[in-house]
Amino acid sequence: MLSIKNLHASVEDKDILKGINLEIKAGEVHAIMGPNGAGKSTLSSIIAGNENYEVSEGEILLEGEDISELAPEERAHKGVFLSFQYPVEIPGVSVTNFIKTAINEKRKANGEEEMPANEMLKLIREKSELLEMDRKFLSRSLNEGFSGGEKKRNEIFQMAMLEPKIAILDETDSGLDIDALRIVANGVNKLKNENNAVLVITHYQRLLDYIIPDFVHVLMDGKIVKSGGKELALELEEKGYDWIKSELN
Amino acid sequence: MDLKEKLVSSFMAFEEQIDVHSELHDVRTSAIKNFENKGFPTKKEEAWKYTSLNAILKNDFTVFPKHENAIEFAEVKKYFLHEIDTYKVIFIDGKYSSFLSATTHDGLDVCLMSSALNKPKYKMIIDEYFNKIASKEESLTTLNTAFANEGAYINIPKSKVVEKPIEIIYFSTGKENALMVQPRNLVIVGENAHVQIIERHQSLNENPVLTNSVTEIFAQKRAIVDCYKIQNDLQSANLIDNTYISQKQESRVSVHTFSFGGNITRNNLNFYHFGERIDSTLKGITIIGDKQHVDHYTLVNHATPNCESHQNYKTILADSSTGVFNGKIFVEKEAQKTDAFQQNNNILIGDKATINAKPQLEIFADDVKCSHGCTIGQLDESAMFYMQQRGIPKKEANALLMYAFSNEVIESIKIPELKQRITKIIANKLGVNLGFDL
Repeated sequence: MLSIKNLHASVEDKDILKGINLEIKAGEVHAIMGPNGAGKSTLSSIIAGNENYEVSEGEILLEGEDISELAPEERAHKGVFLSFQYPVEIPGVSVTNFIKTAINEKRKANGEEEMPANEMLKLIREKSELLEMDRKFLSRSLNEGFSGGEKKRNEIFQMAMLEPKIAILDETDSGLDIDALRIVANGVNKLKNENNAVLVITHYQRLLDYIIPDFVHVLMDGKIVKSGGKELALELEEKGYDWIKSELN
Repeated sequence: MDLKEKLVSSFMAFEEQIDVHSELHDVRTSAIKNFENKGFPTKKEEAWKYTSLNAILKNDFTVFPKHENAIEFAEVKKYFLHEIDTYKVIFIDGKYSSFLSATTHDGLDVCLMSSALNKPKYKMIIDEYFNKIASKEESLTTLNTAFANEGAYINIPKSKVVEKPIEIIYFSTGKENALMVQPRNLVIVGENAHVQIIERHQSLNENPVLTNSVTEIFAQKRAIVDCYKIQNDLQSANLIDNTYISQKQESRVSVHTFSFGGNITRNNLNFYHFGERIDSTLKGITIIGDKQHVDHYTLVNHATPNCESHQNYKTILADSSTGVFNGKIFVEKEAQKTDAFQQNNNILIGDKATINAKPQLEIFADDVKCSHGCTIGQLDESAMFYMQQRGIPKKEANALLMYAFSNEVIESIKIPELKQRITKIIANKLGVNLGFDL
């Protein structure tokens, strides 16, 4: 599904990623963990196409096609979704209108007709129920005055609507209470199938109790230094990151 | 002969052709004298530091159009708020168009300034209100006063809630090579009365137009007045809009100015308080590009205690356009417990765009709350990335962000059809079709 080969990236001449290799197959859930400043959020931004970072080497392949030169919206149209750590507020544009625009832009880019209004409404109803979202919520301005939990739930709602091939969840657990965490994780699990894949980026193990990863990778200083199964996450939770550092030295 | 000389010398001829009582004659004569002394404002004056009229004044403007021009309604329907029923006072090249208008004398007066100035039955009102709040010093206002003859006259009696908005539209046909028009509006809103007014200046072809308009608004006790100025004219049109508002106690007056078009637009918006617990609102959205120039010059004169004023101006400048915001709040010694708020946010999206922002607070009372905030920035890159990540292309994402930026002002439009119209104009201006009405 997604394969990242020898990815190097920098921002303002500072090297942040120093040769990342990652292979995510359809149907898999991967988790990337690591201490603050390891480059986790940079990696997710770069996969999504943030132009603030310069990719100096390597490639990002989505179903075999190199997407590293594409604009963020083109990657989105091909099925890349990034759930933001800090979703942006857009006053005056409702959740419904925003997602309608996003869906129809995607369809337009893929040479499809706009989604008929009744079909759109049905889909919105179905997916908002999945995320246990109040109907009133949908007519509110996007993210404006939303609590941390509402913002994250809204991110996963959009993911559910857009049905991406690869969904990257960047620190989706931050700012969530236990109920919101359960709802969000439940949403992700229901959307997961053998034709898509999920990459969870997180500092803590907590979210991985709910979204069980097939593989866990440790990112430190711009490199993946250790990979393992879900038990690696528990080990990290228990011991912190220092033992890996000493193991490396 | 330059425009000033032309105007001064045509004054005599003008006075001869209209029939006015002697008090008005005196008002006009002293007005033209003031203009003759001062002339058109130049950049040397502090109030005109950022706006030059020089290039416009080089046009050989016709001051009195020779013929009466007609327009078919179908041609100009789009400029009306045709979705709803309104009163209409419509002018073509400065002359009243009875064909396009829908005036009334039934329970309120929505009619013509020329009638009010000339008919004896209005004399008392004219004596009491005409030119009473408009400046007798500012040269362009006095130029307008000297030639004041036509415009909208609106008088709302005590406790009348006017159900329909009143539209005042000035069309210019472009049949003259270059036309100067000087509309003069007078609006009197009685105690507890309520009215909504929409004003627009619209030229219909590319010949240059210079409009020097003066509006006086008198809001009596507890009156509610909402004014909306739509400035979306062709780029050959220039507008100097002078508005003077007198507010008595507990009245609430709001003016929304939407500046999207025109070549040079200057808004002089002045609020004067005569009573306690008055509320004044001044809001604006400016979205311009090319070499367009929009200057907002506002004054709120807090002269009495316990009054509030709220200003919120949003500006988006593309290409080589220029914006000016000069917001003056004056709090007199007696005006204790004043609550004056001013906000001015500007976004520059053109490399050669310029904004001159100048908040001016002069406070002589010691127990007041005055705040102002002025920001100048670019569109938020992280917000752009967020929307692009959701598949929304740059251009549409830009438009959504700009809409979100102006949303605070759009939200306070009280006429739903007008709100829709303004959002459509904005979407148009931003060149996008988002599949929903923003």
